[in-house]
Amino acid sequence: MHNTIRDVAYKGEISMRKVVTRLVTAAFLGCAFVTGAAVAQDSATPAAITKGGTLNLIVQPEPPMLIVGLNTQGPTLYVAGQIYQSLLTYDKDLKPLPQLAKSWEVSPDGLTYTFKLQDGVKWHDGKPFTANDVVFAATEFLVNAHPRWRLIREAYVESVTAPDDLTVVFKLKKPFSAFLYGFELSSFPIMPAHIYKGTDYRTNPANATPVGTGPYKLKEWRRGSFVHLVRNEDYWKKDQPYIDDLYFRVIPDAASRAIAFEQGTVDMLRGGDVEGFTINSLSSQPGIQTTTAGWEYFSPQMFLQPNLRLEVFKNKNVRKAMYHALDRDFIVNAIFFGQGKPSTGPFAESMLFHDPNIQQYPFDMDLAKKLIAESGVDLSKHPIRLLGLPYGSSWDRLTEYVKQQLEELGFVVSIQAVDAGGWLQSIGKFDFDLAFSFLYQFGHPAQGVSRIYYSDNQVQGTHAGNNGGFENAEVDALFRKAADALTDAEAAAAYTKVQQVLAEEVPILWIFDMKNTTIYRDKVKNPVRTAIGLNEPMDDVWLSKK
Amino acid sequence: MLNFTLQRIGKAFVVIVGVIILNFLLIKLAPGDPAAILAGEAGSGDPQFVENLRRQFGLDQPVPVQLWNYLSGVLTGDLGFSYRNQVPVLDLILQRLPATLLLTGAAFVFSLATGMLFGVLAARHRGTVLDSMITTLALIFYATPLFWIALMSVLLFSINLGWLPPFDMETIGAGYTGWRRVLDIAHHLILPTVTLGLFYTAIYTRLTRASMLEVMGLDFVKTARAKGVPGQRIIRRHVLRNAVLPVFTFASMQAGQLVGGAILTETVFAWPGIGRLMFDALMQRDYPVLLGVFLITAIVVVVVNFITDLLYRVVDPRIGIS
Repeated sequence: MHNTIRDVAYKGEISMRKVVTRLVTAAFLGCAFVTGAAVAQDSATPAAITKGGTLNLIVQPEPPMLIVGLNTQGPTLYVAGQIYQSLLTYDKDLKPLPQLAKSWEVSPDGLTYTFKLQDGVKWHDGKPFTANDVVFAATEFLVNAHPRWRLIREAYVESVTAPDDLTVVFKLKKPFSAFLYGFELSSFPIMPAHIYKGTDYRTNPANATPVGTGPYKLKEWRRGSFVHLVRNEDYWKKDQPYIDDLYFRVIPDAASRAIAFEQGTVDMLRGGDVEGFTINSLSSQPGIQTTTAGWEYFSPQMFLQPNLRLEVFKNKNVRKAMYHALDRDFIVNAIFFGQGKPSTGPFAESMLFHDPNIQQYPFDMDLAKKLIAESGVDLSKHPIRLLGLPYGSSWDRLTEYVKQQLEELGFVVSIQAVDAGGWLQSIGKFDFDLAFSFLYQFGHPAQGVSRIYYSDNQVQGTHAGNNGGFENAEVDALFRKAADALTDAEAAAAYTKVQQVLAEEVPILWIFDMKNTTIYRDKVKNPVRTAIGLNEPMDDVWLSKK
Repeated sequence: MLNFTLQRIGKAFVVIVGVIILNFLLIKLAPGDPAAILAGEAGSGDPQFVENLRRQFGLDQPVPVQLWNYLSGVLTGDLGFSYRNQVPVLDLILQRLPATLLLTGAAFVFSLATGMLFGVLAARHRGTVLDSMITTLALIFYATPLFWIALMSVLLFSINLGWLPPFDMETIGAGYTGWRRVLDIAHHLILPTVTLGLFYTAIYTRLTRASMLEVMGLDFVKTARAKGVPGQRIIRRHVLRNAVLPVFTFASMQAGQLVGGAILTETVFAWPGIGRLMFDALMQRDYPVLLGVFLITAIVVVVVNFITDLLYRVVDPRIGIS
C-alpha cells in the first residue's frame, strides 16, 4: 500500500527528481521562485554600503555561555550566531540557502545528501575549517550535547563521511523529507573538532573563548553588563562583515530597555525585548522601522493543551466547545497588543505545508454552550486547574481571560501560578489539567510539529513531546508517511490530510501564531534577511552614516 | 576577649553550616530542576538529553549524597560549578561582588551621613518649619516603595533633565581608563545609590531625631548647659554621642545587607551585581550559584554582627562583652 501511494505521487514529481541540485529543493516549495527576489539584499547597490561603525544591541536575558553547541536557547543563538555557523540557512519561504555549505545534492532515492563546503573558511584561531569538523559535529559533539540532533541521527542517519576536505556525505537509512531543514544554527551548529575532539565538552576550558567561523569574534564579555564582539578580519566572505563592533548589552528591566532604545543607546530591539504595548508606542516614532519577519523557521505557536487522560477532555464535543468559547481575535489584539495572529490549525501559517482550508472554530459562545449540552457532560463536576505560562503580565491576563470564558461555559477553573521551573515540571510529569504551552516548529512539520501528536512520544521529563496524551493511529500513520515521503507532493498530501483530521479531533486548542517584532533605527540596513532572523550572521548588515 | 572571639567563631560556624543545610533543602523543594529548564529553553524533546544533563550535574544522585558532596566541597573552599554557566561558582560571585559592594557601600555611607545630618538638624530645630520639612520627607521616603522611587528618578533625572545616566555601571564602549573611568562610574553611581539609600536615610533621620530629643531632656545636658559649654559642643559630645546607639544598631542591620540587599535596584539600573546573579540563578534553578550567594550573604551577616558586637563597646563603654 505504501508503494502505491508513492507511485501516484511520483507521477507529478519524477522528472524533477532527475536533476538533483539545490534548485530542486527550491522548486519543492512551489512559491519559492516567485518570491526569491525578496531574499536579495536591500535596494542599495553594493557601492552604497558604508563600512564601519558600532551596532548596539540588547541581549535578554543574558546567555549563560556562548558555546552554541552546548546551549541553544534564544539569547545564546542571538549572540553566538555571529560567532558560529551551520551548513545552511533558510529564506523567508523556508527555501534552503548556502552558508558553510556552498552547494548540495540529494540522490534520487533520497538517501544520500552530499554537501560541498565553502573554500578558504578559517576558524577564529586560524586553523582551516574542513569536512572533518562537520563529521565531528554530526557524529560526536551534537550527539552528546545537542537537544534535538541525536533523535534525527538515531532514526535516520546511517553514516557521515568526508571523502575530501570540502565534501561531506550523509547517508540515510531511509528517506526523511525534512532532512534538509535541520541545518541552521540552532539545529546543527558546527563546532571546531581540533578544540573539542576527545575532551569533555562541557568542562573544556576553551568554552570561555568561543572559536567559530562567523563574521565576528568575542572580544570581551563582562558578565551582567555586555558582550563585545569585533569584526573577524579573516572572514571567508571577502570584505565582509561591514560593521566593526557589536555590543550586546544586558539590561534586565523591560522599561529600561525601552528607554535605552528611545534614547539611542541601542539601535535595535529583538522580539521580546520590550512589552507589547511599548512596541506600538516605539514604532510610531519617526526614523524607526519594524518587521515581524525572521521567525519563519521557528514559527512559534501558542496553544492550550488539555490533558486528554482526564475523563472530561476525552469528549470531543467538550474540546470543540472550549475552542469556540475563546475569542482569539480579542486575545491577540487586546491582550497581546496585536503581536500575533489567530492560528488556523496545527501548522503555523508561516510553516511549510500549512493548509488554511480546514475546519475552523470561530468565537461563538452559543454554539459552545450547545455543544456542551449535546455532550451531556456536567462540567461543574469536573473542576480543572489552568496552568499559565510565567512570561509576564500579558500571559497572566490571558490566563484570566481563558478562566473567565471557560467558567461561562460551566467549568470550575482554578489558576495555577508557577515560574518557569514549575511550569516545566508540571508539563513534563503530565501533572496538569489544562495548560498553556507553545511550540517551535523548526522549519518542517516532521521536525517541529509531529512530535507533539505521535502516540508513542508520551515521554516524561520534556515539555515538547506528546504531553497531552493524544492517541490516534491515523494521525500517526499520516505523519510517518509524510516524514518518509520521497517527494513533496506526497508529503503535502499527507500533511493536508493530517491537518484535516487534527482539526476535527481538536486534541489541542491552537490559539495563535506568535509574532515577534524587531524594531530598529533607519540607519541599520538589512538586519533581517532570513527565516532565522537575528540569529543569522550579520555579515550583510551595515550602518548608514546619515 | 580571646574567649569571646573563639566562642563567637564557633557559633558562627554552626550558624553557617545550618544555613547551608537549610538552604540546600529549601531549594530542593522548588519544582523543576536546572536540566529541565535548560532543555525547556532549547525547545528540546529528547528525554535522554535531559538525563545526560542531570547526570553531568550530579542531580541523579540521592539528595543526602548531593548535600554531602556540596558541604564537603564548601569546607575545602570549593563552592562548586555552575550547571548553567559552566563556570566555577566562586569565579561568578567574585566577578559580580565588587559592583554590589560599591553600590551598597556607597548607599550605606550616603544614608548614614545624610540620615544623621537631617536627624541632628531636625532635633536642633525642633518645632520649626525645617523640622516639619525633614520629618515629612523622611516619612515619605520611608513609606514609598523602592522601585517607584527608582522609576520616577529615572524619569526625572535621566529622561526629562538628561543629567544622569538611567542605567549601566559605566559608559559601555567608551573605553575610559584611570580617573576618567572613576568619574564615569561615579556619575552612574548617583541614581542607584540615592534610590537604594533613601529608605535608610529616612530611618536614620527619624531615629537620630527621636533619640537626640530624648537625650536632650536629660539632666547631664542641662548640667553641661549650666556649666556654659557651647551649644555646638553639647550637641556633638554630649547629646549625639549618647543618642547614637539606636542608629548604630540599625546601621549594623543595613551593613548585614551589603551583599544581598540590592536586587531591585540592580535590576532597574542594570547594575552588574550579585543580586541579579542570585535572581537569575533562582529562576534557572542554578543551585550551586544560588547556594554560593546565600553562603556569602550569610557569612557577611555573621561577620558584620561580630564586628558590631565588638564596636558596641567602643560606642558605649558601659556595655560589657561577657
